[in-house]
Amino acid sequence: MKREMTGAEMVLQALKDHGVQHVFGYPGGAVLPIYDEIIQQDDITHILVRHEQGAGHAAEGYARSTGKPGVVLVTSGPGATNMVTALTDAMLDSIPLVCITGQVPTHLIGNDAFQECDTVGITRPCTKHNWLVRRIEDLPRVLHEAFYVATSGRPGPVVVDIPKDIQFATGEYEGPNNIAHKTYRPRLKGDMSAIRQAVELIASARRPVLYTGGGVINSGPAASQLLREFVELTGIPITSTLMGLGAYPASGKSWLGMLGMHGTYEANMAMHDCDVMIAIGARFDDRITGRLDAFSPGSRRIHIDIDPSSINKTVPVDLPIIGDVAHVLEDMVRIWRSSSLKIDQSAMKAWTGQIDTWRARNSLAYRPSEDFIMPQYAIQRLYEHTKSRNTIITTEVGQHQMWAAQFYGFEAPNRWLTSGGLGTMGYGMPAAIGAQVANPDALVIDIAGDASILMNIQEMSTATQYGLPVKVFILNNQYMGMVRQWQQLLHGNRLSHSYTESLPDFVKLAEAYGWHGIAVDKPADLDDAIEEMLASPKAVIFDCRVANLANCFPMIPSGKAHNEMLLPDEANDEAVAKAISKEGKALV
Amino acid sequence: MNAQNINAPSAYFMAEVSEKLETHTLSVLVDNEPGVLARVIGLFSGRGYNIDSLTVSETEHEKHLSRITIVTTGTPQVIEQIRHQLERLVPVHRVIDLTVEAHRNNQDKPLERELALVKVAGTGEKRLEALRLADAFRATVIDATTEHFVFEITGRTNKVEQFISIMGPLGLIEVSRTGVAALQRGGKAL
Repeated sequence: MKREMTGAEMVLQALKDHGVQHVFGYPGGAVLPIYDEIIQQDDITHILVRHEQGAGHAAEGYARSTGKPGVVLVTSGPGATNMVTALTDAMLDSIPLVCITGQVPTHLIGNDAFQECDTVGITRPCTKHNWLVRRIEDLPRVLHEAFYVATSGRPGPVVVDIPKDIQFATGEYEGPNNIAHKTYRPRLKGDMSAIRQAVELIASARRPVLYTGGGVINSGPAASQLLREFVELTGIPITSTLMGLGAYPASGKSWLGMLGMHGTYEANMAMHDCDVMIAIGARFDDRITGRLDAFSPGSRRIHIDIDPSSINKTVPVDLPIIGDVAHVLEDMVRIWRSSSLKIDQSAMKAWTGQIDTWRARNSLAYRPSEDFIMPQYAIQRLYEHTKSRNTIITTEVGQHQMWAAQFYGFEAPNRWLTSGGLGTMGYGMPAAIGAQVANPDALVIDIAGDASILMNIQEMSTATQYGLPVKVFILNNQYMGMVRQWQQLLHGNRLSHSYTESLPDFVKLAEAYGWHGIAVDKPADLDDAIEEMLASPKAVIFDCRVANLANCFPMIPSGKAHNEMLLPDEANDEAVAKAISKEGKALV
Repeated sequence: MNAQNINAPSAYFMAEVSEKLETHTLSVLVDNEPGVLARVIGLFSGRGYNIDSLTVSETEHEKHLSRITIVTTGTPQVIEQIRHQLERLVPVHRVIDLTVEAHRNNQDKPLERELALVKVAGTGEKRLEALRLADAFRATVIDATTEHFVFEITGRTNKVEQFISIMGPLGLIEVSRTGVAALQRGGKAL
C-alpha cells in the first residue's frame, strides 16, 4: 500500500516498519523536520545524548546487547563528523547501526554551506554502505535497504544522508515488503561437502582446538547454543577472542579462557601446539596471532566465516567454509550426530592432560595486597557480587578492559560489550546507557579506567535525564595504564604524558550530575562498597583507587609467538625491559 | 599445507615479501550509481593495494551497469583479498579475475587494449622519422600542423609504451592514455 507523506514522515514510518523502538540522537538545523515528527508521535522513544559520539556508542551498546540494529539520528556537518569514531568502531566490530544524518538542502551541496560536510565521502571507508538521498522517490527504498544491509551477512554500520529539502518534500511511501537487494545477498548456508570434510578432519584430530570470535555472537543466540552443543559432543577445548566472550560459558569444562596478547597461557599454548584448529567467526587479528610466521606451526585449519574476505587474509587456512555460524554449526552438529565419527579418546586424554599442565602455570596470578586494592582483585570481587544477577558489562579501553576480560566470567552471549577492533576509549559509558535503555531490568556496569571515562563523561547527564541506573566502576590508577605499561616495555620506563595530573574528584562529579558517588582505597572496604553501589537505585560512579603501577599479564610481547608469553611470575623489571626486540618496537 | 605458512609474510616483522608478485586484470561489474568509483578507488588506497591501470565507463545503459577494469600487482594472496574486498562493496555485482580465467583456459593473458594520444612537435629529419615510426606501429595521425603531429595508437600496454618511449627523443611533448580495456577470449560472455 502506497501512501503520500513527507520525507521526514517517511523516516519515522520506516523506523516503525522496521520495529525500531529507540533512537539515539542530537538535533540540529539539518534534521529539524525529522525532530518535528519525532515529537508528534509516541511509538519511537528518542534518547537525547550530550555528544553525537555518545549516541553512536549508545546505539552500539543497544545493538550488542539485543542483536537488533542500533539507530542514530544526527545533524549535518559536526553532527556527522562526531559520529565517525562510533561508525568506525561498529565497522571493525561488525555491529549493525543505522545512522541517519541531516544534510544541507540539495541546492547548497558543494557550496561549503553552513554545517555542510561531505558526509558520504567522509563515512565511505567507515561504513558498510552509505547513501546520499537526492530524490524523494528514492527515500523509502534507501531506508529499507539501509536496514537490510546493516543487519544482513556480516553486520555493520550504514549511513543515510538526507538533505533538508528532501525531508520537507512529499512523495509516495511504500513499506519494506519483499525487498530483494539487487547485488547484496550474503550466503548463509555453508557448502555441504566442505562441512563434511571439516567434520571428518575434526574427527581425525589428536590435538584439536576451537577458536571462536565475535561472529558467533553476531550470528545470534542459536549460534552460541549450537556451539555449546558441538563442544559437548566432541569434547574439544575452546578459546575465544575478546569479542566472542560469553558464547561458550566461562564455567564450562572445555573453556581455556581468552587467547591472544593478554590471553591465558593454556589458550595460547593450545593454539600453538594444536593439530586441527577450528576458527569460527574469528578473523585472525594481530592481537590474536602474535608473530605470524610462528603462528600455530603444526595445524590444519578450518575457518567458518560469513565474509569471504576474512578467509586467507592474514593466515592461510586449509578448509574455508563461507556461511553464517549458526547455519554451519547446525549442519556440523547434525552430521556429527548422525555419523559414528569420534575423536581418538586416548589422544584427547593426552591433549587435555597437556592443557592441564599449562593451566597449572596459573598465568593470571598476581601478588595480592592488604594495603592496596589490586585491580585484578577488584574485578574478582565485582564478579562475585554480580554473577548471580542479570548483569551486562561494558568497558572502556586499556588495562581495565583486559583485566575485565580475564577475571570476569561470562556465561551468556550479549552480556559483554567492549570496543575490540578499534579500541575506542570513551566507548563504555555510552554503551552502558544504550544497553540499559534496551534492558531496563538488567544491572549494567561499565568497567572503566580513570583516563577512558573522561572521554565521554558528558553522557552522565543523559543517564540522569532518562533515569538509567548504570554503574561506572573505575579502576583508578591515575595513569593511562596500558600506555604506561607499553612505555615501560618499549621506552625505558620514560612515562611521557601518561599520568593524569589533575583528575576530578569523581564523588563530587557524581553528585554534580545527580548520581551517587563512592570512593574506596582499602581492600577491606571493597565488598561493602560494591554492595552499596548495587543497592543504589541511582546511577553510580565507583572510584576504585587501585595499585598505580600494576601491569597486565600474561602478555605476548609485540613480535613474539604464542609460546613466548611473558608470564606474571617471570615478569621482573629486567624481563619486562628486554621483552620486546627492536623489530617488535615498531609494531602497535 | 602448513609448509606455506612457515614463510607467510609477517605483519609483525614487516618481513620481506618472499612470494612472487603477479599482475592481474580484474573486471568489476558495478551499479552505475554516484560514488561507486570512489568506493573502489578508496578501497585500493585505504588498504594499500596497487593500481597499475584503471578504466571505467557505463557499458549497459538500460541496466545502469558500468564496467571497471583494473590492472593490479600483488602476491596471489593479496590479489585474492582484492577480489573478495571488491565483492564486499554493496553496489558491486561481480568481480572477475580475467588473468585467472585466461590461465584456466590455457591462455597467457586476456584480451587487453589501450589507446594513447601522443603529441610530437618538431621539424626536419626528426619529424619525418616520427611519421615513419608511427606508420610502422600502425599509429594514425589525427591532428597535424607543419610543426607537430598527434598520433593515435591502439594496442597492448607494452606496444603503447614502446611507441611512447621511441617518440621521446623525436619531440614527444604530451601523452594521454585511456588505460586498459579487457575482455576474456572466446565466444562466451562472463
